[in-house]
Amino acid sequence: MPDAHSLPSNTEVRSRPISRYTEFWTGARDIFPLIVGAIPFGIIFGTLASSNGLSVGGTLAMSAFVFAGSSQFIAVGMIAAGTGWLLIVLTAFIVNLRHLLYSVSLVPYVKPLSPRWKVILGFLLTDEAFAIAIRRYEAHDRSPFKHWYYLGAGLAMYINWQLCTLLGITVGQLIPNAAEWGLDFAMSVTFLGMVVPYVKTKPMGIAVGVAGVVALLAYPLPHKLGLMVAAIAGIAAGVYSERLLNAQRPA
Amino acid sequence: MNEVLMIAGMAIATFSIRYVMFGASSRLTLSPAILSALRYVPPVVLTAIVVPEVLLSDGTLYLSYLNARLVGAIAAVTVCALTRNLLLTIVLGMLTFFGWQGLFSPLG
Repeated sequence: MPDAHSLPSNTEVRSRPISRYTEFWTGARDIFPLIVGAIPFGIIFGTLASSNGLSVGGTLAMSAFVFAGSSQFIAVGMIAAGTGWLLIVLTAFIVNLRHLLYSVSLVPYVKPLSPRWKVILGFLLTDEAFAIAIRRYEAHDRSPFKHWYYLGAGLAMYINWQLCTLLGITVGQLIPNAAEWGLDFAMSVTFLGMVVPYVKTKPMGIAVGVAGVVALLAYPLPHKLGLMVAAIAGIAAGVYSERLLNAQRPA
Repeated sequence: MNEVLMIAGMAIATFSIRYVMFGASSRLTLSPAILSALRYVPPVVLTAIVVPEVLLSDGTLYLSYLNARLVGAIAAVTVCALTRNLLLTIVLGMLTFFGWQGLFSPLG
């Protein structure tokens, strides 16, 4: 059951914290719906990359070392258009800027970890891993092993991405219209199910509403920048309305 | 096209962005104002990812009962608001989406 919030209620009565092992496997399990959502993209990437001029080794290496769906797709498009490597690298940089928002949000939680943990968890930071991990970190129990949950979720996502890339390279041509299966909708419903519980206060409702509207308006911006613009607009709207509401309240 | 340079460059660019804040985290103390603003990041980012997925089709607004993603999303939000159960939200949202697509897609 992908529900991190079910953990604390069980553990508050327990005196011993949840083990590393349990955290790890719960993370791997909770990210499952987001893995399902990523499957068609992994297969399509493997298929497209190898038919657009990237070598088989290069396609596998890109998934293994870059591990960033959106920038991998954009890179393949740019390779097909004959763009030089430096411009592709710069574009990947811009497309990935949104990860700064994720990592800043995680700073209070990863701060006490060893340098080696920070490297590994940083490498595994994706939209999906962030959504799953921050939910675990925000749960009210004081498990000291929440980074194991993040690791389980991140590794599951990573392994799936490699397998799907391989599947795309090898039998991708035989798999009809992976884009039209609708599996990607699993990500949308999961994210919606994660957003709704946040919307308990007026500022949060305003923040989410503004982010949604701006995401639509800014969608035509290149390099996924619309996402950044929408997120920043949403945060600003939330902070501002919080301030206004506090000012109105009699002291 | 130099494949090795491209992939190495992309890997370094991507990892740098993901890691830089983690790497600096032990020397980084976020002010209460920043921490309070960061509480908005998860819901706001997830919303910004989902809304275009659900409401846009080829970049244009698709507001119609024929939009199976929109119907599935409404079902998911309703289930989640009523039950607060994420697994049930995902399952019923997907079932609604696939059911709706099955009902209406053969008609175009």
